[in-house]
Amino acid sequence: MRAALTLRGESLLSRANPLTKFVAVFLITLVLALSIDWVSATVALGFELLLFPLAGLTPLLLWQRGWPLILAAALGGWSTAILAPDTGTILLDVGIWSISSGSLELGLGFMLRGLAIALPAVLLMSCTDPTDLADALAQKAKLPHRFVLGTLAAMRLVGLMAEEWQTIGMARRARGVGSRGTPLQRIRATLGQSFGLLVQAIRRASRLAVTMEARGFGGAQRTWARESTYSPLDIWVLVGGTLIAAAAVAAAIGAGTWNLVWAATG
Amino acid sequence: MTPNRVGGVRPAGVTAQGWAWRHAGRPRPAVQGLDLDIRPGERVLLLGPSGAGKSTLLHALAGVLGDANDDDGEAGDSDESGSLLIDGQPPRAQRGRAGLMQQDPETQVILSRLGDDVAFGAENLAVPRAEIWARVHEALDDVGLGHLPLDHPTSALSGGQKQRLALAGILAMRPGIILLDEPTANLDPAGVLEVRDAVGRCLEKTGATLVVVEHRVAVWKDLVDRIVVLQPGASNDSAVLIDGSPDQVLEQAKEMLIRAGVWVPGHVPATRPRNSAAARAPGSAGPGQLLLAAEKLAVSRERPRRRGFKTLPPTPVQSGISAQVRAGEALTVTGPNGSGKSTFALTLAGLLKPVAGAVSATLELSAGAGIDPYAWKAEQLISRIGTVFQEPEHQFVTGRVLDELLFGPKHLGHGEERVDELLERLRLTSLVDANPYTLSGGEKRRLSVATVLAAHPQVLVLDEPTFGQDANTWAELASFLSELLDAGAAVVSVTHDREFSSVLGGTELALGTPEMAAS
Repeated sequence: MRAALTLRGESLLSRANPLTKFVAVFLITLVLALSIDWVSATVALGFELLLFPLAGLTPLLLWQRGWPLILAAALGGWSTAILAPDTGTILLDVGIWSISSGSLELGLGFMLRGLAIALPAVLLMSCTDPTDLADALAQKAKLPHRFVLGTLAAMRLVGLMAEEWQTIGMARRARGVGSRGTPLQRIRATLGQSFGLLVQAIRRASRLAVTMEARGFGGAQRTWARESTYSPLDIWVLVGGTLIAAAAVAAAIGAGTWNLVWAATG
Repeated sequence: MTPNRVGGVRPAGVTAQGWAWRHAGRPRPAVQGLDLDIRPGERVLLLGPSGAGKSTLLHALAGVLGDANDDDGEAGDSDESGSLLIDGQPPRAQRGRAGLMQQDPETQVILSRLGDDVAFGAENLAVPRAEIWARVHEALDDVGLGHLPLDHPTSALSGGQKQRLALAGILAMRPGIILLDEPTANLDPAGVLEVRDAVGRCLEKTGATLVVVEHRVAVWKDLVDRIVVLQPGASNDSAVLIDGSPDQVLEQAKEMLIRAGVWVPGHVPATRPRNSAAARAPGSAGPGQLLLAAEKLAVSRERPRRRGFKTLPPTPVQSGISAQVRAGEALTVTGPNGSGKSTFALTLAGLLKPVAGAVSATLELSAGAGIDPYAWKAEQLISRIGTVFQEPEHQFVTGRVLDELLFGPKHLGHGEERVDELLERLRLTSLVDANPYTLSGGEKRRLSVATVLAAHPQVLVLDEPTFGQDANTWAELASFLSELLDAGAAVVSVTHDREFSSVLGGTELALGTPEMAAS
């Protein structure tokens, strides 16, 4: 189920070191978080869309994987357009909702920004195997291996928990706990089911911890069966990330829309 | 590929002298007064009733019990006394000297790719990279998984394959002693043999010492050369009750082992026979009365998936199933792993929505609730169809045994008077105040059956009710169900257990090899 979300090593970007991809995505995200304007977001988004084929993503696959994020970005933009203080000409006025050219611009900026920040994350996850990411974080970024590998093993359990949630839901229905009914009843049923899941998650996690400890996990010395390596491709990934970030800033400053978050709100 | 295939394994010996262990927060020690010597290369089957401390001993040998804080002597901490040594050293000080396999296959898998998972232990022992991969290939060959690619997803393995994978991960550490804690309790018969044979081959090759805890003696009898029976900690007695060669122990202590619930080879526990002429409870349906029917059913656990704007129906794991459930008759659902037995049972029980076809309740069963069990409200469902899940803990909804039993009747507003009888009948009376999660495996199973029956359903659906159960619980369960059948209830059980289904009688629904799910 989880595996379907990750493409296996065919695309160009899937061969790059996960850490480099991580840094490149971080650069783009950082720049976009600095300013609320539609020019920088549009430029970044345009470049990102060009990059998707390199990660083996088609527009259809992108939509299938990223539709919740895409919808969220669109909703965020729409509500900003409605709710932001009106400036400029009023374009639409229905009761308490009004859209002005100023709020529309802000809303559009918000939506594009949401997309431009979310899509690199979709891209990163779709061309990066979690195990390889853990290897890179531990070997290259020198994060503590206990923490990295512990998290990796726990993430595998998350997939199991999705199945467990369904089973517990059925098992509780078989005990007479209805998950249908009034909203209050549903909330109570969900809380009970969450508790059941929590108990099972803790049990599974402690058994998994015993398994890991029994395999010698937790010692100071450790070798790595898979070496995390850099290749010339990683330089291009970094250069690419930097260029996208720089182009976004340059375009916004050139267009005069560069608008630091704290300056805008302060 | 590997120059020294058997290289590196030095069988380990175990010595315990007056060893005792009390878990943190428990009033009584789990093991007390243990004196035991296991020679290097010996193969030991460890038996004993639940609560005899078998798992505690294995965990201690694996070095995963943690430190007993002897110094500050706080009551909340665990206590250790006496000595338990591997090759004269404390197990905790010898990372990788012992390898442990536990019961639940899901938690024996650590990483998502086959090769990485096997390599994990060797990495932790700081084995050089080139040697790790040599060991990984060798270990996978040894457990019979060598044909799979190293990046094969571990989530796609069956239960038996997961346990063999765990064995490979252990072998790659080159341990001197292999510890198996009920390694096959969660597996179907084919999986049990798979794992047992893989263990046998590996021991043959490496000469490692083996300690295995398991109820089913027949499975391990020919592989071990010694049986040790433990008894629950009593301060004056020795923890070891009987110790000797398999034949000798089975000969001498047969009656005692049978009483303790051990599956002694060649002995089928006595059960209450079906009595077709039994008096029926007033108000229940007549014998052979049709209660529930499945017609051309296609089943799946998946819900319809959203792909963008489209909704895709799930791929059925099995389809075209027709079956009838009749009052006073048993229906046994059998088939290989992945054939959708449990999924079918859950669909029949009104817990999953059919992908195609229909489940329909007759008027006799529905009593005005409508024809489709899946559409019933939870209260309507439990007084008509009761489902006992494979894992009892999934069904616990309160923190006390008595509350568990009262839960159904309270929701229904009737039937509380039946609870005492069930407590009595399933030997739970002394446990009414206990927390359900703290019960032993057999007690949990009995409780889960009792809680479902407290709502007085006419149809009882059980998913692998005998998995991992000792012989006593098995016999009690089979007898109890045969009694229910005679009283006019219908029992549907998903099981691999031939002896169990022969006690219940009735018809068998054999599901075929799974259709390949193209994802």
